[in-house]
Amino acid sequence: MSNILENEPAQPTGSAVAHMSDASSMSAAAVQVQRLTFVQRLRGDLGFLPVLLTLLVIGAYFQVTSPDHIFLNPRNLSNIVLEIATIGTLALGVVPVLLLGEIDLSLASVSTFCASVMAVLAERKGVPAGLALVAGILSGTVVGLINGFFIAVLRVPSFIVTLAGFIAYAGLVLKVLEPNTTLIVRSQFINGLAGNYLPDTLGIGLPTAALVLYVGSLLLNYFTRRQAGLRTVTIIQLLVQIVIAVAVVEGAVSLFESYQGVPESGAILIGLILIMWLMLTKTGFGRHIYAVGGNAEAARRTGINVTGVRLTVFALSSTLAAIGGILATSRETAVASQIPSTLLLDAIAAAVIGGVSLFGGRGSAWAVILGALIIGSLENGLALLGGSQATQEIVEGSVLLFAVTVDAFVRRANTRSGR
Amino acid sequence: MADSVPPSMDEPLFSQSDQLSMMDEGVSPSMGTFAQPEQAQYEEPRLKLRGISKYFGAVRALSTVDFEVFAGEVVGLVGDNGAGKSTLIKTIAGVYHADEGEIFMDGQPVHISSPVAATRLGIETVYQDLALCDNLDVVANLYLGREKRIFPWVAPVLQETEMERRTLEVLSTLDVKIPSVRVPVASLSGGQRQSVAVAKTILRNARVVLLDEPTAALGVAQTRQVLNLIHRLREQGLAVVVISHNLHDVFEVVDRVIVLRLGRRVGSYLIKSTTPEQVIAAITGAQFGETAATNGFSAEA
Repeated sequence: MSNILENEPAQPTGSAVAHMSDASSMSAAAVQVQRLTFVQRLRGDLGFLPVLLTLLVIGAYFQVTSPDHIFLNPRNLSNIVLEIATIGTLALGVVPVLLLGEIDLSLASVSTFCASVMAVLAERKGVPAGLALVAGILSGTVVGLINGFFIAVLRVPSFIVTLAGFIAYAGLVLKVLEPNTTLIVRSQFINGLAGNYLPDTLGIGLPTAALVLYVGSLLLNYFTRRQAGLRTVTIIQLLVQIVIAVAVVEGAVSLFESYQGVPESGAILIGLILIMWLMLTKTGFGRHIYAVGGNAEAARRTGINVTGVRLTVFALSSTLAAIGGILATSRETAVASQIPSTLLLDAIAAAVIGGVSLFGGRGSAWAVILGALIIGSLENGLALLGGSQATQEIVEGSVLLFAVTVDAFVRRANTRSGR
Repeated sequence: MADSVPPSMDEPLFSQSDQLSMMDEGVSPSMGTFAQPEQAQYEEPRLKLRGISKYFGAVRALSTVDFEVFAGEVVGLVGDNGAGKSTLIKTIAGVYHADEGEIFMDGQPVHISSPVAATRLGIETVYQDLALCDNLDVVANLYLGREKRIFPWVAPVLQETEMERRTLEVLSTLDVKIPSVRVPVASLSGGQRQSVAVAKTILRNARVVLLDEPTAALGVAQTRQVLNLIHRLREQGLAVVVISHNLHDVFEVVDRVIVLRLGRRVGSYLIKSTTPEQVIAAITGAQFGETAATNGFSAEA
């Protein structure tokens, strides 16, 4: 390994001037790459730190200013999680789309459309709730395939296709719900999705099982890499990683348990994020999504089915939108033909605030949690303070602008240093 | 290693055709310096093109061009803008289809119908844009599109450890120094990026590697790095074709240059016994004298 660490042995043969300038830039590069500076790591695997810090600042601020300091108590935090389940699920659908460097503006309409399909089937057509739920989710997949067909196969810009979709699917919602504009959902199964809490055995057992698997895979990875003679993290870094993971998971679980338990919708969101994260980072398909977002032409030349990747991603995104819409319906126990006006931008904002680049190829599924928590905390906290809708929207807009500015800045810094 | 001689330069066919094509132009063949037989071997070239012609509408981009490269040989393909270098390379890479002519791999006639077909035959092209995904790390780029998976049909999980190990192996056979194979390719220097693009072809079991302007836009040290890389490829027994405008680099790294001018092959020169001036003369046509060249081509057209 040590020979790989050495930087390029520079022995330029050209003119003296070229030699000098090049050699100095080489040694500068050598210093830079041998040990990643903190700033570089902030752009890389520690990219979430500023967002986390922002979240902590927001939390501390509302804790201090909210009446009776209730912001950080378990009940309020449980409420925030219930509130962000829909935004989070939609934002999770936005992630792979943004990774491709595309956009999906139809998500809010699609989520309401799919929820109304489910509600109409369950409430008016007498279809069993479980079946109606599956039909609602599948209708999302179909809508996504239609969007994806225009975008991936016909190469119409996704902005236009999904903007058209945004309008058209909103119209479809009215059509589906006719003659009413609101449909009350009475099915206990559907309404229970968002309102219920997991029993303690599951609420504690599932996260702990996931944690054990995670720690196990970390250790397995560490030892197989050592065996293969590859560079590994130090044992201390490994331990820190494990301790942080245990602290975060068990901390969150005990927080929920000290109120009513882990909310089902929160568990669904985390489960979906986990699946998305595994898919994006551990499978070839996930890697191809990043590749297409980074350089579609290069991906195509290596034989990746770029059209297929795009089509699948849009289908996936709309499917997640459908799940988000169903969670919202469950929480409100009704579907209204009115598409929530801030839902779409909140979802995109959550992904972007969490660090998913609007320019494609950069970001993680976990971005959704941080982004949605920031948006949820702002809404919840400002409401606790009795702030008006106006203040709420201004603050939220500013935070989004800030996040996108940071994204653009990071991107420019990367290109400026020839990267 | 720099003076190792390509296995055989005595293919009667091409030197003959070179002479013929020169005669077509009404010029005495004695003016060019031709590849001389070094030793009597009858080895087939790794890749051989015979009588390749390519038309774009009424324009003849290539006319009955021959080309050959042997295993363990580096051939420079030079010529002025519009001489047909790119067309020839794209024909080999399967992007274009020749209107006339035949292609042989190790003596066997082959049909290169698409870039995928070329890849299947072991012909890999590194284009000037390198076709790397800047946001992915070195390992991911090397294995892009052909990732190793643990249970391909059940849970297609990436075999990161194995891929990383192989990556390090390939990079060390090419003597490429990269600080970490887990940094995004965007953070590497131009020379390192070129090395990654070339390593990618090795990983695909390339037998012929085509490098399109590998040293363009590189600094002196990085150019040196890439030239070393080309030597490494030759040592691995690959057939290497380098397209370059930079004759200085060409003379440093190749064994033989093939010169194209206006869609024709006008000569093949062993670097050992040639000066850059001779090659420049062939590229520009100066060796034939203004009038003779003009006459020759107007008669041909």
